[in-house]
Amino acid sequence: MPNMISLRIDGELVRVEEGHTIFQAAEAAGKQIPGLCQMKGLSPVGACRLCVVELAGVNRLLPSCTTPAQEGMSVTTQSARIKSYRRMIVELLLAERNHICAVCVSNNHCELQALAMKLGVTHVRYTYAYRSFPVDTSHPRFVLDHNRCIVCTRCVRVCAEMEGAHVWDVMGRGVGSRLVCELNRSWGQASSCTGCGKCVQVCPTGALAEKGCAVEEMIKRGQSISRLAETRGGVL
Amino acid sequence: MAQNIIIPHVSRIEGHAKIAIHLNDAGEVDSAQLHVTQVRGFEKFTEGRPYYEMPSITARICGICPVSHLLASSKACDAIMAVRIPPAAKLLRELLHCAQFVQSHALSFFHLSAPDLLLGMDSDPAERNILGVLEQHPELARDGIALRKFGQLAIERLAGERVHPAWVVPGGVHAPLRSDLRDAILGELPIARSIVRRTLQMFKGVLDGFKAEIDSFDNEPTAYAGLVTRENSMHWYDGAVAFIDENGAPLARFEDPGEYSNYIGEAAVPFSYLKAPYFIPRGYPAGIYRVGPLARLNVAETCGTPLADAELAEYRQRAGHPAQSAFYFHYARLIEALRGVERMEMLLQHPDILSTHIRARAQVNCLEGTGIIEAPRGLLIHHYQVNEAGAIVKANLIVATGHNNLAMNHAVEQVAKRFVKGAKIEEGMLNRVSAVVRAFDPCLSCSTHALGQPALQIDLLSPQGELLDRVAN
Ligand code: SF4
Ligand code: SF4
Repeated sequence: MPNMISLRIDGELVRVEEGHTIFQAAEAAGKQIPGLCQMKGLSPVGACRLCVVELAGVNRLLPSCTTPAQEGMSVTTQSARIKSYRRMIVELLLAERNHICAVCVSNNHCELQALAMKLGVTHVRYTYAYRSFPVDTSHPRFVLDHNRCIVCTRCVRVCAEMEGAHVWDVMGRGVGSRLVCELNRSWGQASSCTGCGKCVQVCPTGALAEKGCAVEEMIKRGQSISRLAETRGGVL
Repeated sequence: MAQNIIIPHVSRIEGHAKIAIHLNDAGEVDSAQLHVTQVRGFEKFTEGRPYYEMPSITARICGICPVSHLLASSKACDAIMAVRIPPAAKLLRELLHCAQFVQSHALSFFHLSAPDLLLGMDSDPAERNILGVLEQHPELARDGIALRKFGQLAIERLAGERVHPAWVVPGGVHAPLRSDLRDAILGELPIARSIVRRTLQMFKGVLDGFKAEIDSFDNEPTAYAGLVTRENSMHWYDGAVAFIDENGAPLARFEDPGEYSNYIGEAAVPFSYLKAPYFIPRGYPAGIYRVGPLARLNVAETCGTPLADAELAEYRQRAGHPAQSAFYFHYARLIEALRGVERMEMLLQHPDILSTHIRARAQVNCLEGTGIIEAPRGLLIHHYQVNEAGAIVKANLIVATGHNNLAMNHAVEQVAKRFVKGAKIEEGMLNRVSAVVRAFDPCLSCSTHALGQPALQIDLLSPQGELLDRVAN
């Protein structure tokens, strides 16, 4: 029998197995915490910081996807402070690259866009970086548009953890970090890519897409990847 | 490094058109240029994008006729994929296009031209707009609104959105037409048809009162270009590009859109951002030609639909063939609106229109592709070059206002020669120029003067480029 622990989430008493994260505990209690890097079936990394929560007795906000749930914790998942931080993060993500939803393959089917709408991001308060990013069209079936990448690393993890190919990685630091294929090759030249397309399906934005999808046509099937992970008994 | 692109106040967003008149050393008018909103930016920043994103990106060039860009761009993409799109897709694209013609011509005629035509060119500018028409000719204004709505609703029914639909895709269209929506459009069609017919009757009734305008409007003979079928009938979606000379005699004709650059050259005009397309065999600047409703009715032998053809015969009696006065743009637009409604009916009744086979899929098979269609304002050309992976290497777009650039400048120059004396612009020039520019219905005017006069500024410049005089409204 696994050890069970008890904690309070938004005032509600929740019992979960020891070793679960706060994110998983909240989910088990039927509470939705937003997250763009988090994905069921992939190991958590805490990259996007959208899942931050408040913990009684701790002044700073903590990412719920990487913080283990502990006996006696009291967690708040929704507050004005949390919301303002989440909004800020989404705005910064939008300002960092070039998101032009109206002409995006993922328009209306995008996790970033949906979250922005949910958080009431009607405009971005920060100056857009307007940096020029390349589009890698070299793969015969897929396209990577860095302009829409939020460096959530879902693609990196699904490829390494589930497909076992580890085609993707991240180079650079901070705002300069960028997704790379193998040791910075164009995707079409990658010798390790199996062409399975799992990265495309888990990508929350229009950064990875099937070639030939016109505007609004890229509908991802990320859930089937999570189900696949479940049936394989992978990380939950 | 950050780059700042500075767009001076000429932009149509501000609603300003700027005209620069250059004097020569003898103090006479040397040239005049109308500065028009640019699409060159699109040609630059689409470099590196996957080609199949082009239809939606380029549709953003214009909020009035986005469907035209969607179609021309998709045709260029079809050529890159080297596919022949399924017959139903072609019918559906044309149907969408006709609906757009109807709504765009309705906007142009009822909202932009009717105030001048019905309230008089000299009436109070504050009332010379659609609201003024609504007050004095409520039935006509209501007809105009209803006709535009018919076109827009049809676009929405077909494509899901009125302004920037994502329905037209490389290789065909995204979704088939539902039978209930077809029936709905068919049900509304008779009303639209009677509106256009009624308006044509009215227009012909007042036409004789505009004799002075017909004669004094820009009526310099030019060559014309337009799309035609094999039988020399008008076509808006597909066909050969035909050029005729000022007397109506054929000049040239090409079927393969990729050949356009053998016939259409693009001269860079000093002092202006807009390139001036010209007909290569005649050279620059003699190769001036016009496109748009007037050109289409001059180039084609027939409209290809019964009611419009009957109107065309009468039009030719009144306006001559080829019709030269830019005033006939208005008349031509109404005949085209009628053709649009009739053609929509034909297409909706086509046995293949509900087919679910609507899209061809392929990868890059050709490194170059050109799409040509007739936009409501005239020929529209999209030409792309891609690399093997499908990224845009080069894009060239020639829009209707571009084709007409030389003719417009020419017309403005004519006016300038009459109204510029010494280093001064004489009274009355502004109105004349407005009228000339408006007749062409270039994108800048339609987007800025829906409720009144176009905002114009005319600069008179010495050979050294100093500003000698300026008038503006
Ligand atoms: S990835 Fe999402 S947020 Fe970014 S442009 Fe596309 S739809 Fe918009
Ligand atoms: S490509 Fe998509 S999945 Fe990969 S890091 Fe960027 S946004 Fe995340």
